[in-house]
Amino acid sequence: MNFASFREKIGYQPLLLGTFALLASGALAWASNATGEAIAAAEAKDLRDSLAEVLPKGFADNDFLNDKLEIERNGKPVTIYRARQGEAVKGAVFKVAERGYAADIQLLMAVDAEGRTLGVRVIKHAETPGLGDKIEVKKAPWILGFDGKSLGDPEPEKWGVKKDGGIFDQFAGATITPRAVVKAVKGGLDFYAMHRKEILGEKS
Amino acid sequence: MSDNKLRGIFKDGLWENNVVFSQMLALCPTMAVTTSGTNGLGMGLATTAVLVVSNILVSMIRHTVSSQVRIPVFVVLIATLVTVVDMAMNAWLHDLYKVLGLFIALIVVNCAILGRAEAFAVKNGVVASAVDGLAMGLGFTGALTFIGLIREFLGSGTLFAQASNLLGPSFAFLEMKLPGYGGALLMILPPGGFAILGFLLAGKRVMEKRLEERAAAHAEPATA
Repeated sequence: MNFASFREKIGYQPLLLGTFALLASGALAWASNATGEAIAAAEAKDLRDSLAEVLPKGFADNDFLNDKLEIERNGKPVTIYRARQGEAVKGAVFKVAERGYAADIQLLMAVDAEGRTLGVRVIKHAETPGLGDKIEVKKAPWILGFDGKSLGDPEPEKWGVKKDGGIFDQFAGATITPRAVVKAVKGGLDFYAMHRKEILGEKS
Repeated sequence: MSDNKLRGIFKDGLWENNVVFSQMLALCPTMAVTTSGTNGLGMGLATTAVLVVSNILVSMIRHTVSSQVRIPVFVVLIATLVTVVDMAMNAWLHDLYKVLGLFIALIVVNCAILGRAEAFAVKNGVVASAVDGLAMGLGFTGALTFIGLIREFLGSGTLFAQASNLLGPSFAFLEMKLPGYGGALLMILPPGGFAILGFLLAGKRVMEKRLEERAAAHAEPATA
């Protein structure tokens, strides 16, 4: 039996599909293995860069990347990086995430000892290019609007986008994205307030 | 492969059978990313790369794959390819990935890639398929950049905004801004995309008709 007629047989089809599925999963597994380390390294470098970005220059004199603390939030551990001057903890940096338009928007935020936001940056998002991606500081200064805000300033009911009666701008054509970011930052401040003593290392 | 065939493939991809303007494929990513010229360009280039490789692979396996199950095989192939490209770029071209990353995953749902596998690569040799992928990809890139520029200009009053993010700081000269123009938001939103695409499609038809008439007018005296 030659190949051309075997190719038309019913038995050939599942064999072919199976082979390709196997090859595809093999290729994916190999690629995932080969790139895993490099991706982790690249993301670690990103983290270092963004940590330095949310904290004002000269804010900390310790190696805050290695001054870590883990606190559970909704059943998941959150890593908190502590910025110190001498012995005293002056601020904390941690990640928050909120569901955006397409996927979770991951943010890094820095809070000072009094609970004021020092800076917020987006680490990872999958928002619509050209609309939702204005949350990146590279594309628009919008995210800088959180600097200096705290739970009491603005008051709780003003913690929202303007469409919802808050003080933060939404973007033309994208309300869900900034709404999610505002919610995430507010949630981060709440989380900080709840664990403030633990983070600052004060005895309760 | 003869020069003539090569030229035919390029003419096909860039104009006569342009993915967006003639085949009207890949309209979903077209509408989604053409909010600025830079976005269109980035998506176009990434798609071109995937299209070339997918055409080559499909052409290579065209004798092994039976016609009954070719579609699922091609879909798996393209999806795997895009995922591998996505991971590889994330790992080794991380800075570029941060700019283009948003677009890469969208390529999987680009029916133009499956379309070219079906319409061309499965019937042609590896070299011709690679050239076809390149030509179609460049045609797609051109169309996306063009639509993106029009929408960006009307919608935000800029041209190639943030191009230096994509292409590097040396391309900052491309970025232009129309002073004192707030922009018509509609053009950035999906309706604006449909409107612009509609006008461009109509414009292309008119142009083709004119060219045809002119060619006919030229030919007439000779045949008479």
